[in-house]
Amino acid sequence: MNYLVLAEEAAANPLIPKTAELIVGTIAFILLFLVMRSKVVPMFEKAFALRTEAIQGGMEKAEKAQRDAEKALTEYTAQLADARGEAQKIREDARVEGVAIIEELRTKAQEEAARVTALATASIEAERQQAIKSLRTEVGTLATELASKIVGEALDDQVRQSRIVDRFLDDLEKSN
Amino acid sequence: MSQLAVESGPGFVPPSTADFNLPSVFGNSAYLTKPVFLVFLSIIVISIFFIAASRKASVVPGKLQFSGEMIYGFVRNNIGEEIIGHEFMRFVPFLFTLFSFVLVNNVFGIVPFLQFPAMSHVAFPYVLALFSFFIFHYVGIKKQGLGKYLKGIAFMPGVPKAVYILLTPIEIATFFLVRPLTLSLRLFANMFAGHLLLLVFITGGDYMLNDSHLFMKILSPFSFAMGIGMSFFELMVQCLQAYIITLLTALFIAGALADEH
Repeated sequence: MNYLVLAEEAAANPLIPKTAELIVGTIAFILLFLVMRSKVVPMFEKAFALRTEAIQGGMEKAEKAQRDAEKALTEYTAQLADARGEAQKIREDARVEGVAIIEELRTKAQEEAARVTALATASIEAERQQAIKSLRTEVGTLATELASKIVGEALDDQVRQSRIVDRFLDDLEKSN
Repeated sequence: MSQLAVESGPGFVPPSTADFNLPSVFGNSAYLTKPVFLVFLSIIVISIFFIAASRKASVVPGKLQFSGEMIYGFVRNNIGEEIIGHEFMRFVPFLFTLFSFVLVNNVFGIVPFLQFPAMSHVAFPYVLALFSFFIFHYVGIKKQGLGKYLKGIAFMPGVPKAVYILLTPIEIATFFLVRPLTLSLRLFANMFAGHLLLLVFITGGDYMLNDSHLFMKILSPFSFAMGIGMSFFELMVQCLQAYIITLLTALFIAGALADEH
């Protein structure tokens, strides 16, 4: 290494800054800073904010959908339980009602039967009375006719006629 | 660089700090040098890339937006939010600018045809460290008030009084000298050394290839291969340094925001 190089080295001490470069460095840095602050950083931040919002919005939407689904499920379950309960109630009611109807029908039938029986009895009784009545008249007449024929005397006298008939019938009943 | 080696006559002249003293591209102006152009190129490239990436701000990002968001999200979440905490959003534009500015300028060191890390010129790291320095002190003063902030630095609470004799000068030096200096010098030295390392292998390979001995010519590919390998290593260092300067700045800000550091 020669003397000249050493001299040159001393002149170019790398730790001593050049004024021009200090100024250029400062200006360049400030320029870049202004560009970054006004153009780049806000845009990146905007993108980040939009992304966060989109992700959060999506998550909120999903959460809402899930909540809705859960709500619907609860509702349906409740409705199903209600329906089941209702069906059970209807079945129970129907059973009770059926029993009541059967009971009612039975009562009605019994009543009807009783009524028919009573009616029949009454009718039979009436007919019997009628028969007795007509029989009595007829028997009376026949007997009178027969007696008159036998006796040969007209039993016109009403009082005697009927007394005789009554006595005859009484005898008839007694013998029964 | 190869010209330098060839012109220096016989014997290999290793690259030196003088190699960082690039001449003006046009005329003799100190403002028309390669580092200056690279720095402006870097802010143009960064601006175009991130404006294009963030322009649509769509919920479902395309490839471009996704890659932009990855870098932005890394600075925003992994550095900003994780270290500064709930007030981090105020500092994200600064941290993001710092990170991308340093990263791209560093990586320019191995981009073909550019191949020069502007951060190996100490002026740029100084500027960045000064921004960092002013911001974290400003934040601390605004948050705690000048008196309380300075007292917190000079007299760390919960320490026996006698210890202040030692601690106070150390703390003051740390906050007002060591922090900005280490912040800038770490970045500068890494880029400087990395570039020098690449120069050694590439100019060395070049020298060997142009040597009259056949043996040297045959060995020259090894030097180039080392140069290529070192380029990948440098890429790692370049990314790491961009991360570190941003991380430390965030740590300083977080410290200033905390009531007791």
